[in-house]
Amino acid sequence: MSAVRCIGVSRIFRQGEHEVRGLDNVSLEIEKGEFVCLVAPSGGGKTTLLNAIGGLDRPDSGEIWVAGTRIDTLGKSALAEMRLNHIGFVFQAYNLIPVLTARENVEFVMQLQGVSADERQHRADAILAEVGLKGLEDRRPAKMSGGQQQRVAVARAIVSEPAMVLADEPTANLDSHAAEQLMELFVALNKKHDTTFIIATHDPRVMSYAGRIVRLLDGRIVEDVRQEAA
Amino acid sequence: MRIWSIVGRLAWRNLWRNKRRTLIMISAVSVGIWAMLFMTALLRGMVNEMIRGTVQVLPGHIQIHHPEYRDDPNVVNAIAPPQGKLLALLQSDAVVAWASRVRVPAVVSSERESRSVTLLGIDPDQERSVSFVADSMVAGRFLEGRSDAGIVIGRKLAETLETDIGKRIVIMSQDPQNEIVDRGFRIVGLFDAKLQSVEEGLVFIGIGTAQDFLRLGNRVHEISVLGPGFRDLAALNEAVAAAAGPDLETLPWYELDSYFGTLLQVMDGFVLVWIVVIFLALSFGLVNTLVMAVFERVHEIGLMLALGMRPMVILAQVVVESVLLLLIGLGIGNLLAWTTVARLHAGIDVSVVAEGMEMFGSSAMLYPELAVNDLFMANTVVILLGIVASLSPAWRASRYQPVEALSKV
Repeated sequence: MSAVRCIGVSRIFRQGEHEVRGLDNVSLEIEKGEFVCLVAPSGGGKTTLLNAIGGLDRPDSGEIWVAGTRIDTLGKSALAEMRLNHIGFVFQAYNLIPVLTARENVEFVMQLQGVSADERQHRADAILAEVGLKGLEDRRPAKMSGGQQQRVAVARAIVSEPAMVLADEPTANLDSHAAEQLMELFVALNKKHDTTFIIATHDPRVMSYAGRIVRLLDGRIVEDVRQEAA
Repeated sequence: MRIWSIVGRLAWRNLWRNKRRTLIMISAVSVGIWAMLFMTALLRGMVNEMIRGTVQVLPGHIQIHHPEYRDDPNVVNAIAPPQGKLLALLQSDAVVAWASRVRVPAVVSSERESRSVTLLGIDPDQERSVSFVADSMVAGRFLEGRSDAGIVIGRKLAETLETDIGKRIVIMSQDPQNEIVDRGFRIVGLFDAKLQSVEEGLVFIGIGTAQDFLRLGNRVHEISVLGPGFRDLAALNEAVAAAAGPDLETLPWYELDSYFGTLLQVMDGFVLVWIVVIFLALSFGLVNTLVMAVFERVHEIGLMLALGMRPMVILAQVVVESVLLLLIGLGIGNLLAWTTVARLHAGIDVSVVAEGMEMFGSSAMLYPELAVNDLFMANTVVILLGIVASLSPAWRASRYQPVEALSKV
């Protein structure tokens, strides 16, 4: 069973009288455990495709299947449930909840999943230590640097060991060292848990870690190649 | 349970993100609740005082009569004094006090004036616990026994008749055979009453003297019963009616005096309307606060939806935030109202408008009364309407599309 299957997916944005094709008849199949980079210039459709796969946005036409479930027809609650239990998100902007501490942000998804308090704290502290934030567990996002916030967001995305991680420009706000550490963490998770990674990026350093590069231009897939990861 | 823990935590912390706005809203809710409760306590105090005053004047809480007496308060419509089951009930703990009375229309004459009055033959010992008159003597003395030969009249009536203590007046009435009976009585005391009509219209003699004078034997016209309070009389009224039997009419005060009975019902309705009106004024502020809070957090709401929080949980979070805000406001408002009422327990002097108050049977002192029922109703109404008011912004928050909400800064 494929991790992701897109069949003829189109997404049209209306700006006044103009129509912009964010995705134009995209078909794509990603197997479980693949490490895929969606590469496109700005406005090329990579984030739109990522949002559609993650159930954050609905396509205007086509079908999207995630882990054997067709998600483009699911209701809001069912989609939320699917995201909660199957997908970890890492956004370009750090997207942490400002009133929660680093630990509470990491625990957030587990809390929605109903994980016990002891288990949550144990796993959150372990993952924060793994991303290099030991000692900062009780800090709120406003008291952390951009890189630290992004690592909290990554920790939140992977702490519940989702089957798939969707990351939108995860290294955009990180220095090269932090970006390298983050990618190595992704790769380790990919290998250890067979987690599927789909990363939207135009950062060549990120692409070098991927086993498959899908290039988009004007909402269409123009190239889909497999490569030896770094 | 775990989901409520994160919902509660987020709601509480979000509440304090804009401290000034939250504090202003809490202040508004507190003052609103205080105003609600304090005004209700004042109204309740005033109406209760009026009812107590009215009940104390004579009716008591429950009265027993001959079935035709109320339509025709004639001397012939008399009843036997309480005995058997009725007497046992009246002497039980269920009844606080009771008194039987002779009560007939009569004409009183001094050497200068005549007036129509209601003549009451009373047992002074029983009457002390039931009605106001023993405690309202302003000159002379109260009656000293069932066969006291004196008469007690109102101060105003004494002025009208141009008479005074120690002087004699003549009472004229009818006996059961429709024969005119009359007798001279020496005035032994003058009483004062809140209502002028009471001071002018009632005269009191001993019940034994009245029965002899009117040739009634041991019969009476009225049995007045006091229960533990003027509310919730249904059970006691039922018990008294059962003990009195079907041949007698047993009625609670609110049926005997329909004006005050209706007033009490209107008051209960008015309190609810008053609470709702104040809340409606508050609700604009509440909704505005929540709309602003939601509007400022669209991006976060999108994030929480993206991470898998269900829309209904988002809705619950906004509602919980509203409830927390209201609970704090309610706590402070309740405390303020309770403190205000406690500090005014000695009463508020409204003697400036005393004449108007007396017209309604209330005294020149106003005693605010904070009833548990009113407190419960005000708090419940505020919480329930608060939830209803917060549903609109909460619903809007829960309907966001994650991708659209995430794009808002």
